Amino acid sequence: MRGDLTATTKSNPAAEVLWSVLAFAFLALAGYAALFVAPTELTMGVIQRIFYFHVPSFWTAFIAIATTTFGSFAFLKTRAMKWDWISVSAAELATAFLTIGLVTGPIWAKPVWGVWWAWDARTTSTFVLWAMYVSYLLLRTLVDEPERRALLSAVVAIFACLDVPLVYFSIWWFRTQHPQPVIGDGGYLDPRMTKVLLFCWGALVALFLIVVRQRYRLEKLRAEVDALRMEAERRGL
Amino acid sequence: MSLPRSTGVILAKELRVELRSRELLSTTLVFVLLVLVLFSFTFDPTSAEARRFGPGLLWLGLLFASSLMLQPSFVREQANDTLSALRMAPIEPFAILLGKIASNVIFLFFVELILLPIFAALYNLAVLPVLGRLLLVLFLGTVGLATTGTVFSAITAQARLRELLLPLLLFPLVAPVLIASTEATVGLLSPEAALDRVWLVFLIAFDVVFLTAAWLFGEYVFEE
Repeated sequence: MRGDLTATTKSNPAAEVLWSVLAFAFLALAGYAALFVAPTELTMGVIQRIFYFHVPSFWTAFIAIATTTFGSFAFLKTRAMKWDWISVSAAELATAFLTIGLVTGPIWAKPVWGVWWAWDARTTSTFVLWAMYVSYLLLRTLVDEPERRALLSAVVAIFACLDVPLVYFSIWWFRTQHPQPVIGDGGYLDPRMTKVLLFCWGALVALFLIVVRQRYRLEKLRAEVDALRMEAERRGL
Repeated sequence: MSLPRSTGVILAKELRVELRSRELLSTTLVFVLLVLVLFSFTFDPTSAEARRFGPGLLWLGLLFASSLMLQPSFVREQANDTLSALRMAPIEPFAILLGKIASNVIFLFFVELILLPIFAALYNLAVLPVLGRLLLVLFLGTVGLATTGTVFSAITAQARLRELLLPLLLFPLVAPVLIASTEATVGLLSPEAALDRVWLVFLIAFDVVFLTAAWLFGEYVFEE
């Protein structure tokens, strides 16, 4: 930030728009495939189609969580702010995709299992994971200094990641010792169903990549604005 | 100074501070006691019901108490910026954390020792025949709560709204401790009085994982 006070982040609006249009077209196609291409499931009927967005949301959330965790390790190692920007961008999307998964789950469960929430190991541990990510994001809003915020939230993200298997296994052992509703696990999937499922996942991953890129740019621009503001104050402008 | 010695010095300092004021121990004790009594209004505390719900109430009470009690660990250091002084001392940063974890384990365990007979009397539970194993479960659960709680109290001490933030960060993280120690306690207080090995091993695993994590990443949280 020498000489004149100008931002360094450049953007290419045409490319941004093109990528976004492509991602949304992909999503629309995925919606069409889930509703019309995939065969209707025999016992569950039409409601089973929610599964083409329910399951891929979790898979995409796990990509996002892996990204946040990796970014947090990388930040602690290198102290480069870009890793923190990647972590927070991915963490917000992880929370969004976990929320989608947790909301679509009960919509599917009510007609199929008869209850909104079955307290099984997978949904319950996902809920705990969601709570950890929400508090991670809250922590970030409550620490003002950027480097301190990056440092503290990186440690929280790593602790949360270490906790995931422990949460899952504790709830799983807890549930296997107590009576619980019997939950079928799909078992056999029609090959067309598998294809639609993977296609929908592809669409959600594309959405994830587009949004994470924009969110990363936003975080970078914010940091730049802060730096410019401090520079302007220093020069008494 | 070696790690055990410097940890011992920090631990002694924490104990001395608490012995002089005694504010943490007394408030926590009264708090858990209140929680235990208030919980009894939410169900009929007959012996069968108490055996089923009592251990869960005890552990929930301890969880709430730990989120209150662990808060001052680092906040106390801020008033006179004594944490900077500790950081300047020629000791490993992990010693500061470990000393505070150890003192928090001692405080919480002390509260549990006083509460246990009161809890047993209130809910009419026979704890004496299983006392040794019950204390083991209490100790392992407390180490898990104190380790994660101390690291997170160092984190939230640097944030706004820290009193709200600590439970928010801590509760989901220690959900496995709550499940494992409650289940182990339920097993001990059941008529068979059996300690499930799975939960014992699980608690040890949790403690080892997060003590190691505190050792590897803990010093970042109070870096200057």
